[in-house]
Amino acid sequence: MSASVEQLSCQELVELVTSYFEGALPADERAGFEHHIEGCTGCHEYVRQMRTTIELTGRLTTADVSPDAEATLLTVFRNWKAPR
Amino acid sequence: MIAALRAGEDRAFEELMRMYNASLLRVALIYVPSRAVAEDVVQETWIGVLNGIDRFEGRSSLKTWIFRILTNIAKTRGQREGRTVPFSALERPDAVPEAAVDADRFLPADHERWPGHWASRPEPWPEDRLLAAETRAVVEEAIDRLPPAQRAVISLRDIEGWSSDETRNALGVSETNQRVLLHRARSKVRQALEDYFSEA
Repeated sequence: MSASVEQLSCQELVELVTSYFEGALPADERAGFEHHIEGCTGCHEYVRQMRTTIELTGRLTTADVSPDAEATLLTVFRNWKAPR
Repeated sequence: MIAALRAGEDRAFEELMRMYNASLLRVALIYVPSRAVAEDVVQETWIGVLNGIDRFEGRSSLKTWIFRILTNIAKTRGQREGRTVPFSALERPDAVPEAAVDADRFLPADHERWPGHWASRPEPWPEDRLLAAETRAVVEEAIDRLPPAQRAVISLRDIEGWSSDETRNALGVSETNQRVLLHRARSKVRQALEDYFSEA
């Protein structure tokens, strides 16, 4: 483990959370990250909050295009297929 | 799906629209200035999809192909609308640094014992309020306030559940840039939740 990883500060750690979740950290940085959150209450909680944020976002559904637009599009589709 | 579309089945087209309209709209909003123009772009995209479906060879997924059509139309339209398209937002998101958490939450870099450690630690959130309608509204509003490129990425990844590859291909961004945009978006939504829970 490199010195910089050993000394990973909380301020640095919060910038690595998404890379950590995405499995994009090199092995030594990943180990440094995990070692840090095991011993740091603040960062442990921070990572938990990021997971919760992802979960809560996942409960949303995207607003659909207005029904008007959908009707127009269906007309477009029917005109398109008409000469086929 | 492709065969049904070629055969002109309404249901296939409707299903495809329901599946992708909202995401197409969000991606279009990266390039064009208003929702009305974005809806136009989405409509033009479907026309492009219909006109091209007979030539679609399946080298990419149907989804990727549809989003590529959208991106091309949206870019052209954005230029015509006189919008200096924030390509940099997609291609060089690192050009403007953004911290996930305000620097004043941490001890200064020259602190003798704990440089860069929490000065004010995140407090646990109230479990019983996580699923409340109000909390949901906080998340929605935070996403609405994001810059368009960040909003598009978090929508595709965390709302629609797309993989990072699918998102990257649809937006035509590098893996790293996709991750930077996602990171910033999620960090801001987390911050909005923290602000909300610490109010009451």
